[in-house]
Amino acid sequence: MAIDWATVEHVARLARLALTDEERERFVGQLGRILEYCARLDAISIEGVPATSHVLPIVNVLREDLPAPCLSRDEVLAAAPAHEQGFFKVPRVLEAE
Amino acid sequence: MERSEPMDPTGAGGGTREVVIGIEIHVQLLTASKMFCGCPTEFGAPPNTLVCPVCLGLPGSLPVLNRRAVELGLRTAVALGCRVHSRSRFHRKNYYYPDLAKNYQISQYQYAGHPPLATGGVLEIQVGGRPWRVAIRRVHLEEDTARLVHPAGTGGAASSLVDYNRSGVPLMEIVTEPDLRSPGEAREFLNALRRLLQFAEVSSCRMEEGTLRCDANLSLQPPGGPPGVRTEVKNMNSVRAVERALAFEAVRQHEVLARGEVVVQETRHWDERRGVTFASRSKEEAEDYRYFPEPDLVPLDVDGAWVAAIREALPELPAARRDRLIATFGLAAYDADLITATPAMAKFFEETVTLGPHPKVVANWLSGAVAAYLNEHGVEIDQIALTPARLSALLLLVDEGTVSGRTAKDVLVEMIAHDQEPEAVVEARGLQQISDEATLRVVVDKVIADHPGPAAEIRAGKVRALPFLVGQVMRATGGRANPEAANRLLKERLS
Repeated sequence: MAIDWATVEHVARLARLALTDEERERFVGQLGRILEYCARLDAISIEGVPATSHVLPIVNVLREDLPAPCLSRDEVLAAAPAHEQGFFKVPRVLEAE
Repeated sequence: MERSEPMDPTGAGGGTREVVIGIEIHVQLLTASKMFCGCPTEFGAPPNTLVCPVCLGLPGSLPVLNRRAVELGLRTAVALGCRVHSRSRFHRKNYYYPDLAKNYQISQYQYAGHPPLATGGVLEIQVGGRPWRVAIRRVHLEEDTARLVHPAGTGGAASSLVDYNRSGVPLMEIVTEPDLRSPGEAREFLNALRRLLQFAEVSSCRMEEGTLRCDANLSLQPPGGPPGVRTEVKNMNSVRAVERALAFEAVRQHEVLARGEVVVQETRHWDERRGVTFASRSKEEAEDYRYFPEPDLVPLDVDGAWVAAIREALPELPAARRDRLIATFGLAAYDADLITATPAMAKFFEETVTLGPHPKVVANWLSGAVAAYLNEHGVEIDQIALTPARLSALLLLVDEGTVSGRTAKDVLVEMIAHDQEPEAVVEARGLQQISDEATLRVVVDKVIADHPGPAAEIRAGKVRALPFLVGQVMRATGGRANPEAANRLLKERLS
């Protein structure tokens, strides 16, 4: 399966990556080769094999509804690139209007 | 089931097209900890104090599903008559926005072979006094997002602030089929669903606190024609706002079509102050959430025994509660409806009755004076300083003749306003009923002297003027005279 310039641009945008033309060209080639490799699986007959999203024979791993200790705010904000008044500070995002 | 008449939902006579509404609600589940970690869910804590590596999405952390959240989801599914799926999974909804530190929300997406927790239920509501069944499309579990603050002013204009306390709090999403035909039906549906979830002890469902949020979509369908283009309306903070926003949107779409234009499929926001919906800025690209199964969570299997146990432990739902109150205490339908409007009111009623007062008297007070107070102040019964013990004590004072029924209503308001026992209010304000004849006779004589005309009529046998004089006695005593005694003494004096 071939991958085109526009698809790479779309995926880059969703990941908020700014690619140069040279990088985009390179990823068109690399991603295309990865998809071609995966396409070899199409040759295998999967008749009667159910779609598998989890390979472990384990279900229902649950925890009881008990509050546990949290991190201290100093620890939390130590990982923040910027903070203000106890909040994480991020480039302004607009909601709605 | 047929409707008696086509609804004109807008009240604007907006043409022959039928309004078609579907509702999507999110409720916060009544858990002590978050969906996938042990951080507490309490409201109003200082920012970023209820977070841990899991809800911050730090590398190496792993989510573990909250059993209680699953149980509350199952309880809802059972209460709505849904089919619970024997296996459901969680999925990642990927998007780039700072309200989730992981850059994805864990939710339950629905596609072939991957059903959500439950599908295909029904909630019956009343439309014009008749039952109307609203189909429930699905019920699923997901996590809430962080709270974003956008400081105003030049200093803060370049940045937004994020509080991750709410991130990871358990949410349940309930989606209806497009079965509602007017904004009024949407209101009825929301009220009925809220009541059900409150009685089932699944969620507090307080829209003003954000524990119940509602999005609605609306389209106009020509008779027998294909469905119209729908718009989604968001940002309504009360049931009343949902009704108003939908009424506005129905009229707006009618007007668009009447101008020969087409309705654009879009998300619109409700502006409460201006009373209008407006289109959000359209996104630069189409939504592309790239859902895929959450590899960090194993499938959730629910067998028949688990569902049976949930059904067994289901709290009494509003309709059953109402019927029981009518059967057990002989309440009128109107009173029973009002008392089962909220679980807090129903509980208050039953607790008061166990303390001795006659059930019908309690019902009268709750649906009368107490309901009036709650409406006037916009509060619920569990938010005021009235307890079953205090109401019961007040009713005893009336029963004993210590205060008149009329005075008792003033005492009630004072009790609530000053957080006091009824006896203390009566004592402090000297509101005891006057039954002492010597005292009353002085008042009666003065009323007769002040109103010679009516007094003469009564002496002449025209008793029609008697209530007027009784009223004057009540007035002269600030409502404290025992009305029966006043009546009798006036007759004695004027015979």
